[in-house]
Formats: sequence, structure tokens, C-alpha cells
Amino acid sequence: MTPEFIVLVITGIVGLTTPILLAGLGELVVEKSGVLNLGVEGMMLMGALAGFGVTVMTFNPWLGLISAACAGAVLALLFGVMVLSLNSNQVATGLALTIFGIGVSSLIGSKMFQGRITPVFGSVFPNSLAKDPILQVFFGYSPIVYFALIMVPLVAWFLKSTRAGLILRAVGENDHSAHSIGYSVIGVRYAAIAFGGAMAGIGGAYFTMVITPMWSNELTAGRGWLALSLVVFAGWRTWRLLAGAFFFGILMSLELYAKGAGFSFVPSQFWAAMPFLMTVVALTFISSRGNVGASAPACLGKPFLP
Amino acid sequence: MTAAPSSAIPPHSDHLRLSLSGITKRFPGVLANDQVSFSVRPGEIHALLGENGAGKSTLVKMIYGIQQPDAGEIRWNGAPLVIANPKAARKLGIGMVFQHFSLFEAMTVLENIALGMDASIPARDLEAKILAVMAQYGLKLEPHRIVSTLSVGERQRIEIVRALLLNPNLLIMDEPTSVLTPQEVDQLFVVLRQLASEGCSILYISHKLHEIKALCDTATILRGGKLVATCNPAVETSRSMAEMMIGGSLKDIQRGAGRQMGAAKFVVQDLCLPKDGPFGTALKNISFSVRAGEIFGIAGVAGNGQNPLLLALSGEAVTSAPAITLDGVHIGATSAKTRRLSGLASVPEERNGHAAVPEFTLSENTLLTARDRLGMVSNGMINAQAAKTYAGEVISAFAVKATGPAAFAESLSGGNLQKFIMGREILQKPAVLVVSQPTWGVDAGAASAIHQALVDLAATGSAIVVISQDLDELLSLCDTLAVINEGRLSAPMPVAGANIEEIGLLMGGVHGDATPSALPQESAHAH
Repeated sequence: MTPEFIVLVITGIVGLTTPILLAGLGELVVEKSGVLNLGVEGMMLMGALAGFGVTVMTFNPWLGLISAACAGAVLALLFGVMVLSLNSNQVATGLALTIFGIGVSSLIGSKMFQGRITPVFGSVFPNSLAKDPILQVFFGYSPIVYFALIMVPLVAWFLKSTRAGLILRAVGENDHSAHSIGYSVIGVRYAAIAFGGAMAGIGGAYFTMVITPMWSNELTAGRGWLALSLVVFAGWRTWRLLAGAFFFGILMSLELYAKGAGFSFVPSQFWAAMPFLMTVVALTFISSRGNVGASAPACLGKPFLP
Repeated sequence: MTAAPSSAIPPHSDHLRLSLSGITKRFPGVLANDQVSFSVRPGEIHALLGENGAGKSTLVKMIYGIQQPDAGEIRWNGAPLVIANPKAARKLGIGMVFQHFSLFEAMTVLENIALGMDASIPARDLEAKILAVMAQYGLKLEPHRIVSTLSVGERQRIEIVRALLLNPNLLIMDEPTSVLTPQEVDQLFVVLRQLASEGCSILYISHKLHEIKALCDTATILRGGKLVATCNPAVETSRSMAEMMIGGSLKDIQRGAGRQMGAAKFVVQDLCLPKDGPFGTALKNISFSVRAGEIFGIAGVAGNGQNPLLLALSGEAVTSAPAITLDGVHIGATSAKTRRLSGLASVPEERNGHAAVPEFTLSENTLLTARDRLGMVSNGMINAQAAKTYAGEVISAFAVKATGPAAFAESLSGGNLQKFIMGREILQKPAVLVVSQPTWGVDAGAASAIHQALVDLAATGSAIVVISQDLDELLSLCDTLAVINEGRLSAPMPVAGANIEEIGLLMGGVHGDATPSALPQESAHAH
């Protein structure tokens, strides 16, 4: 194994990790506030569409990125209106959101952007660093990758050390108590949902702006579901979410490349199923240990009726 | 913090800290408060008394800004104002300790207190402040413990510290002593008296009338949303206040003369149960026996194994067959359903979600435990008429206030739902009845009805086990008493001639002859 090969493997894993890390961070914050949004896949697809479409039309990937975040957030707020203001069931509404996102993104994408391509939104470092066979392991990534990595300590710090983060956790832990102390449960949850949508949107845009800079329907291929199970796998903890994302990234790269690399002793579907299997194992482990810090927020998925 | 300066006002002056006039609050179908007027002076400990549904909670919610009155005026230090939300209330210096603690289980003590503060204070400064307040009032707490690992008494201390950090001028306490040991109650009273002597007014809601006699300067009594009396608890008796609350004369428990205890009917021998989670309590070699016609009480502070004991006795948790014997038959390894068929009925502590399904109607709720014994199901089909008839019988026999068998369980007040649940079991004429917290959060009128029903059931020859944290209740109701502490049961003692100090020490986990430090000062019973 040459160093170049190792670099190639690492950059491949980072690429696979980034979208689920972004969407997972967003969903982590949403779930910490007590809301279960199963619409991650739909929000990622809307982000993928908006990011690609705006980049194609304006030739500005930064505008595309912002549009992706906005598209994800808008779709998330639609979810928010239904589950927070109209008290619809979170699971059903989230599933509907995914189906809606798949449909709308496919409709618009295939009508307007089929066959269009844009340049890859790649590294912003000079080629001497970004294309170097070894150094690209640090400098060869899209800005979206660095953004995702910076968001990990930011989200961890926000949740653990800021007052706003404390209030957000309180709302997810015991909504009625938070309300009786005088915090706006609904307001906090709207903000968390919008953040989660924006992060999922950026995660989706990574597919159309970096991995394959063109439109094809349902190109996120279920990664939204992977992000959801990543949050559970991580036991609702930010740093574990980073570790889990890379672990899932390794499993995904095995799914894609194990056959090509010559060890085809298990079918690729085995690797594709592994993240979900590992999530079940992690859940069992969490509940058998009764680890309070690593369990779901107590109000997760429950509607709040003051 | 902009708390109004209170030090300038001498305690017990004519100045009024809080005065309400003509407060009216209407909910759909209910007039929760009707023209209520009263006032609280600085340094006064003012009791708010009334049965469940009398409007006490609504009233204090309006004072704390959680709800707004439809009519009437609130004056604070003489000036009329609107308390828009709890934050505004805290800004005035109004603190509240809730009956159901508003705590966040998975968070630390420090985080819980920080959440109750309106200003963002750095964690280290807050910790220093907390330690200062705890030292000043003799409250002990470890700031970095996770709340779910704390006892109920410790949890209440968090709420009190949280309220004290705001330098309150008015502290509202909603049923603060219902889960404390006698010693913890005394410690709480010391803190409250110290606060009052410093000029803080206290609005104290409780059902325990002898506590109000011991602690409060004035009592305002509500009934059906209206203010019916204001009195000085020191000159009233517990009984006279209870009668003002219920608006009629209070019935004593009527015991049939010459009640004969039969043979041992329900025997528990070396019952063990492993703990069900990191914060659970294991049951260790619990043994006791209850004779036919006997009421056996199990006292103890919450979280010492009462819940697992109820589960083990009811059959929700299965143990070894010989651990539990009913009329000579080993039933320790059988399911709850089988035990019910063989005559063992049980009522768990939690009304909503355990004893009853809130979203079900009352007649559907009767099916939950009575279907097999009363033949409400045949060939897998429900006999809805039988359930409805039985629910109707329970409603009329136990004077449950409900619109009928079709009323949803969640539409009943706590006391009425409890009467219904107790009635549902008692009318099945069980050979053994195991109940946990039969009058938890139930008003005096309903509590005495439930107590009477238990005594009447015992008179018919049933064996009854009552698990309760309310020592007064056990002392007035039971024939024999034992104390559970950390999953172990003390030796049973006859209630006649029982020593309250000793029971209190057993509840606190002191075994043997330790020197009693804090003694309960009064042991009069409300009923």
C-alpha cells in the first residue's frame, strides 16, 4: 500500500462522510430540541436541487450553497408549521416531507436541469497543495468539507456551553417544565428545525456540487436515512457523531470499492446494511447500559400542547 | 435582577405585598376562580387551602404569570399591574416551587438551576452563589450530580435553591411536603420560617392541615373556585379547616365493632427482585404476612423500592413461586392476569398511563382489570354493555364526579379518577388488594371516601396492603405497619402504640438505636 493509495482512500471516505455529517449535525440539534424530523432525505434533495440550480444559473457556487441552505430550511419550516403550530404527527409528517422532497426535486430537476453540468465546487487552495498526491489529504477538499468539520466543535460548544444550547436541551428534555419556567418551547423548536433543514440542504448540495456536478433524480440515494440513524448511533452526542460519521463513511466506501479492490467475499449489500445494523447494536448497548447521557431526549417526537 | 427592595418594609406591617381583588378565571365549562380576593403581608406565611379542583393551582398560576385572569386586579406592593409571564413574576421577586417538579432529569443540578435564572450567569459564579445560598439556609446539594440520581427531597431542594437565588419577596410552595420524611419536613419548615423572618412572604398550598397549623399565620380557604373563609390556623382545628374546605362535616373512618382478624391470607416470604436499571432499587428478602381483614401498611420515602414491590406483588414482575402465597397457593411465578383471576387486585401509584388509560372512556378502562373476573369478554368479543353497566356501578357507588361511563378518564380530576380506579378494584371483591399511594394528590373528601372503602373491604375479610409515603394516612388506616428502605422491609409493628420517631428514623435509613436528632413536632391527623 503506497502513501498515495492511502491518501486516495482517506479522501474517498471524507467525501462519503461529509453529507451525512452535515445532515446528522442538523438532525442532532433538531432532536435535542425534542423534535423528530424524518424528512432529512427530502430536505437534502431540495438542497441538492437548489444548490445545483442556482450554481448553474449564476455560475456562483457560494450563492448555490446559500440557496441550498435556504431551500432545506424552507422545507423544514413547512414541517415546523405542521408539527409545531398545527400539531400534526411528527413521524407521519416527516415521512411525507421526504416523499414531497423526492417528488418536487425530481420534477423540477428533470424538467429544468437535466443534462446541465457545472464545474466541481472543489478546493479553494492553490493547486500545489490541492493536487499534491500527499498534501491533498489536507487541502484537496471542497469548502463544504471544512464547513462540516468546523460545525462539529461549534455544535458541541453550542449545546454544552452556551445558555441558548442549555435552553434547547431543556426544551427537548422536559417541554412542560421549560414552558413553566418561561421559555418559548415552540420558538426554540422552530429555530432548531430551520437549522436542521439548512444543514441537510448543504449536505444534499454536496452531491450535486461536489460529488457529481449534474442532476439526476434521487441522487442522495438514502443518505438522509443514514444521517438519521447516525444520530441514534452516536447516542445524541456531537463528538461521537463525528466518529460515527467516519465509521459509516468507511462502511460506505467498502460498499462501493470492496469488490473493485479484490476482496469480494461478501456482497456489497452487506456493507450497505452495516450502518443500520450497527445502529441497532448501538441502541441495544445504550439501553442495556442505561446510560443517561447517551439516551434520547425525553420529549423526542412528542407534540407540545401547553 | 431588579427585585423591589423589601428590606425597607418591616415584616407584619399593614403594608400589603400582594393583594388580589375580584380575580375571576373561566375555562371552557368551568369557572376556576370566581371573584377571589385576598392579600399577603411581608413576612407572612399564608396557606391556600382547598380540595382538588377548588381553584388553588389556577390562582397561583395567575400570580406567577403562567395564566392571565379574565377579570380582577392584582396589586404588588400597592400598585396594580399585569404579570404577563413567569419571567415578569420573577422580576418582581415572585418565586415558585412546583408540586410536580419542573426539573430536567438528564441534566445536572447546576444546569437545572441555571435554566431557572433569567440572567445568564457564568457557571462558576452561579456555583459560588448556589453554595452561598445553601450554606445560608442549611440546604445540602451536590451541584454536579445528574438529577435522575437524586432523591425526591434533594430534587425539591433544587427547586427551593432555584427560587431562593432570585431573592424572592414572595415564595409560592405548591404541596411541598407530600413526598418528604417527617425529618425532611421539619428541615423545610426551618428554612421557610427563616425566610419569613427575613421578610419574604410565603404562599403555602397543602392538604396537610396539621402542617398548616404548625407553620402558617393565615389560611385562605377556597371551594369550587370561590373564597369561602379566611382563618387563623393556630386557633382552628385540623378538623374545622377540613370541614370548611369540603363545606360539610367530615366523616371519621367507621370501623365495624369487634372486627376479627382471620388466618394469614397473603404471605410474602423472602421476596427478591433484581433492580431494573441503573437507578432502580433491588428488593431484598422481603417477608410479611397479612391476615384476612387486616390492613397492612408499608411506609417509606419515595424511591426505596415501593414501585418494584408493587410490580412484584401485582404480577407485573414475576418472582419465584413460593415468594408469594395467596390462601396457601404459591402465586409468585404467575402473571398479573392469573393473579387477578385468583383474587389479587392491585392499584399502582400512577393513575394516568398505569392504572388507567387517559384516552379511554371509563367503561373501556373497566375492561383493563375487570374483564376476566366479571366475564366482560367472551370468545374474544367484548361485552360493551357489561363494561358500561359496571362502570356505572362504580361511578354511583363511589360518588365519582363524571358525566357517565362514556366520559374519558383524562376528563376526570385526579381525586375522581382515583376514586373510580379504587372502586373498579374494590367492587370486584378481591381476596387481596394491593394499593400504592391510594390518596396521592387527592383532596380530603375523596381521601376519606377511599379510606372508608378500604376499611369496609377489610371488614368483609379481604387482606389489604397499602403502600404509601403519607405516614399520617398509614397511621390512621392500618392495623400493622412496616417501613421499606433501600429495598428492605423492617419488622412489622402494630400501629396502635407505634412510635413516630422510630418510624421516621427507619424511613430515613437509620436502623437500630441512633440518637433521634430532628423530631417531628406534631403528629395530629387530618382525618
